[in-house]
Amino acid sequence: MDAITGAWDWLGSAANWAGENGVWHRLGQHVQLSVVCLIISCLLALPVALYLGHIGKGGALAVNLANVGRAVPTFAVLVLLTLSPLGRAGDWPTIVALVLFAVPPLLTNAYVGMREADRDVVEAARGMGMSGPQLLLRVELPLAYPLIMTGLRSASVQVVATVTLAALAGGGGLGRIITAGFGNYDTPQVVAGAVLVAGLALLVEAVLVAVERLCDPMRGKRPARTVRRGIRAARKDAAAV
Amino acid sequence: MSTPMSTVASMYVSAAPSPRNCLQANDWICGEYVRSRGQELVDATVQHVWITVLSVAIGLLVAFPLALLARQRRGAAGPVLGLTTILYTVPSLAMFALLTPVFGVSAAVVVTGLVLYSLTILVRNILAGLQAVPTEVREAARGMGYGPLRLLFQVELPLALPALMAGLRIATVSTVAMTTIGAVVGFGGLGNLIDSGMQGFFKAEVLTASVLCVLLALIADLLLVGLQRALTPWTRADRTRRARDGAGGIRRTGRERKAVA
Repeated sequence: MDAITGAWDWLGSAANWAGENGVWHRLGQHVQLSVVCLIISCLLALPVALYLGHIGKGGALAVNLANVGRAVPTFAVLVLLTLSPLGRAGDWPTIVALVLFAVPPLLTNAYVGMREADRDVVEAARGMGMSGPQLLLRVELPLAYPLIMTGLRSASVQVVATVTLAALAGGGGLGRIITAGFGNYDTPQVVAGAVLVAGLALLVEAVLVAVERLCDPMRGKRPARTVRRGIRAARKDAAAV
Repeated sequence: MSTPMSTVASMYVSAAPSPRNCLQANDWICGEYVRSRGQELVDATVQHVWITVLSVAIGLLVAFPLALLARQRRGAAGPVLGLTTILYTVPSLAMFALLTPVFGVSAAVVVTGLVLYSLTILVRNILAGLQAVPTEVREAARGMGYGPLRLLFQVELPLALPALMAGLRIATVSTVAMTTIGAVVGFGGLGNLIDSGMQGFFKAEVLTASVLCVLLALIADLLLVGLQRALTPWTRADRTRRARDGAGGIRRTGRERKAVA
């Protein structure tokens, strides 16, 4: 209980929000790094995934990439990059690590989404004389949209978590509040930092869910999505592994 | 305590033949490091393994009743899946930080955090496996006089095993990777070595621990594949028969396909 009231007090003190080590500065760093890396990752992963999904090749690559991404510890990659020559280049170790870990979920989900697009519909569209690009943009992409967005959401959650970890390797972001708290045995600060990080991650997730609903190219025309979505995802896991 | 001159001399002599010592040069790959710090590496690996095994085992024990609950009550599925997804969204460093005031700086922080993470994948997969059991099979077992418990453990659970094992593999591999972050409270297994290597700018320590960590994940995955094959001999028989009959010879109906997935 002490920790909760302590954390509350910590968050309530204006001094903790201002300055170089303050919450606002750290939050700014966190969001900026996350957004930049997400954009880079999307630019790298989505065109490749959409193209591979469209021509129906490279399935093994897409699935294995996700499995490898899971097995490699983020912390290890961050530290390895920090100790490499890249480590002297400011934020670059963090950016590279972030992109490395954001690409697999984006690529795999977009690829699977493209491949899972109802074959009958795709064949029908081809029969109607649609060209390759038309097929990709007007049939496969709208059908793959939910999974592409799932990939974007898991990539974002991954990125927010990885930026937090970057603090362990000397990077900026909200994780610094937690690591500084651990360094000073300041439990209230540790908890306050953790609350901020968790809040940011949940907020990002919620915003992306809302964006997904609002931007759906087939809004209202898709069969009802309920809890079953999670189950479908699990089934996909089972099929993918 | 004074070191005899002869020892110092012999150290010099033994070091002299190799033109450069990889420890002094701070190389990424260093056999000398593995030789001289072998015990440290073994200890860290052992800690890594027990933290992972304990977390996944507890995760499985918690996930199974949760999945049953989610299946039994329609109203429970949403909250259970929603809550585990929310837990999964919390970054690991924040999770460990939030658990520290509860458990103090101890291994319990790491294990609890890892259990909470594994729940998302395990609950989903167990639930998917149980729901994929064909209704006919369930009806047949009931008709043969199976009670609810026997039905669950002798019919439904074996049929749900492939989905469960797929979830277990994902959960285990991610847990092996995430254990490293336990280094913030000093219980990170190989993560402790990565952490101390980072503090001391010791490249060989960081690379060796990282490689061991990935190897550990691979070995765990292979062991689980072996376990799955041993536990579900019927899926293999089915596959070989299908291969003999000519793949794709018989198109599976939708329901069959779902059951297999």
